Amino acid sequence: MAEEITIPGWKKWLEDVGEQVSFFSRFIKNIFVGGFEWSEFVRQCYEIGYRSMMLVGITSFIMGVVLILQLRPTLVEFGAASMLPKTLSVSFVREIGPVIIAIICAGKIASSIGAELGSMKVTEQLDAMEVSGANPLQYLVVTRILATTLMVPLLSVIGDVIGLFGGFLALNLRDHISLPLYATKVIASLDYTDFVPAFIKTIFFGLAIGFVGCYKGFHSSKGTESVGLAANSAVVTASLWIFVIDAIAVQITSLLFYK
Amino acid sequence: MAEKEIVAEPTEKKTHDKHEVVIEIKNLKKSFGSKDVLTDINLTVHRGENVVVLGRSGQGKSVTIQCIVGMLMPDAGTLKVFGEEVAELNDKELKELRMKIGFLFQSGALYDSMTVRENLEFPLTRVLKLTDRSEIDQRVEEVLDSVGLSDAADKMPSDLSGGMRKRAGLARTLIIKPEIMLYDEPTTGLDPITSREISELILDMQKKYKTTSIIITHDMECARITADRVVIMNDGEYIDEGTFDGLKKSKNKIVQSFFKDVS
Repeated sequence: MAEEITIPGWKKWLEDVGEQVSFFSRFIKNIFVGGFEWSEFVRQCYEIGYRSMMLVGITSFIMGVVLILQLRPTLVEFGAASMLPKTLSVSFVREIGPVIIAIICAGKIASSIGAELGSMKVTEQLDAMEVSGANPLQYLVVTRILATTLMVPLLSVIGDVIGLFGGFLALNLRDHISLPLYATKVIASLDYTDFVPAFIKTIFFGLAIGFVGCYKGFHSSKGTESVGLAANSAVVTASLWIFVIDAIAVQITSLLFYK
Repeated sequence: MAEKEIVAEPTEKKTHDKHEVVIEIKNLKKSFGSKDVLTDINLTVHRGENVVVLGRSGQGKSVTIQCIVGMLMPDAGTLKVFGEEVAELNDKELKELRMKIGFLFQSGALYDSMTVRENLEFPLTRVLKLTDRSEIDQRVEEVLDSVGLSDAADKMPSDLSGGMRKRAGLARTLIIKPEIMLYDEPTTGLDPITSREISELILDMQKKYKTTSIIITHDMECARITADRVVIMNDGEYIDEGTFDGLKKSKNKIVQSFFKDVS
C-alpha cells in the first residue's frame, strides 16, 4: 500500500480559494452562455425574497423600536431628544439596517441554499443533472445567486422602512410626534451619501450570500452529515463575508464622501 | 452526423449493425488516493447487448460506468464510446455524448423539488431544447405509460414508493431516447417482487427502445433476467465473462461464490 499523502492546511486553503475563484468564473460565464432560466429565477426570487419578508420585517421593526428606546435616555440627557429621528435614520439606513438584514438573510437564505444543494449532491441529483447533459450551474447556481443579489437589496430597503416605522412607534411611547413630521425629519436627515453606498453594499451582500450558499452546497461531500455541515458553513462564511464587505464599503464610502 | 439523427429519431437504430462496438475499454485504471479501484478493466460492448457486471460492493463497478459517462476521468487506459476517447472530449463533445447515454442512479436521483412530470420535462426542455408543448406532453405520456406510471405524473418524488421512484428515474433517462443505458444497481433496496418487476422492465425497455445496456448489480435474479452476457469483477479487474447459464458452470471459485445460491 502506498503511503497516504497529507496535504498541509495552507495548501488545502489555497486549493479552496482556487476552487472558489473557478466556481465564480463559471457562474459569470453561465450567466451569458445558453438560455437563462427565467422561470427558476422568478421562483427563487419568490422563495428568497417574499418568503424572507416576514422575518426581515419583524427583525427590522424590533431593531427600530430597540434603537429608539436605547438612544432616547442619552439624547434626552443632552437635551437632544429632537435629534432622535435623525440619529435613528442615519444609523439605520447607513449601517444597522443593511448589516442586520444581511446577517438575517445569511442565516435564512445561505443555509437553505447550502442545505438544498448539499442534499441534491448527496442524493445524486446534481450528478443526474450533469450526466443528462443539462447544466446544473445554469439552472441551480446562476438563478440562486442572481436572485439573492436582487432580493437582498430590496429586502434591505423594505427593512429600512419598517425599522424606521418601528422607531416612530417607539418614539410615540414617551413623546408625541406625528407621522408626517417624523417622516419629514427622517427624509431631511438623509441624503444620497447615506442611501446609495448602503444600497450598493447590500448588492454585494446578496451576491456573497448566494455565492457562498451555492458553493458550499455544490462542494459538500457525499454523506448526510455533509448537508448539515454545508448549511452551517454557508451561514458562518456568508456572515464573515458580510462583515468583510461592510468594512471595505465603509472605507471606500469614507474616502469618497466623508472627507 | 449520423449519430445526431439517431438521437433525434431512435427508430432509425434498427438499421445499425448489431456487431458494432459501442463501448470499448482497454486496460482501464483508476485510483482514489492510495486506493487502486480499477486495476485493469477490459470490456467490449456491442450494439443492442445487455451486459451485466457482477461484483461485490466496493469493487469499483460503479466507477467503471462513471468513467464511461465522463463523471470520472480514468488514470490510464483507453475508454472509447462510439469510437471516441472519452478523456479527450471537450465540454461540448462530452455534452453531446451524454445526450446519447442514459444513466439510472441507484436512488433514482429524481429532482425532489419537481413533480414526476416536471422531472421528465426537464431533459426535454434543457437538453433537447424542445419547445413544442404538444410534443413534450406526448413524449411524457408515452414514456410514463411505458414504465406504468401514468397515474403518478403529478406526484412529488417524496410521495412515490422505492419501486415507483426507480420507474420514474428510468422514465426520465429514457425520455431523451438514449442509445446506451447505464444502470447503477437498479434493484438495490427493493423487495424481491419489485426487484423482479424492475428487472423485467429493464428488459422490456431495452427491447422497446433498442438500447445497449450495462447493468451494475449484485442481484443474481436481476442478472439472470436481464443479461445477454455477464462479466464478473473482482479486485478491480474482470475475471470471467459469459452467459448467465455458462458462468454457473464455471470452475473459478470467485465466480462460483456468486452462483452458489442460484438454482
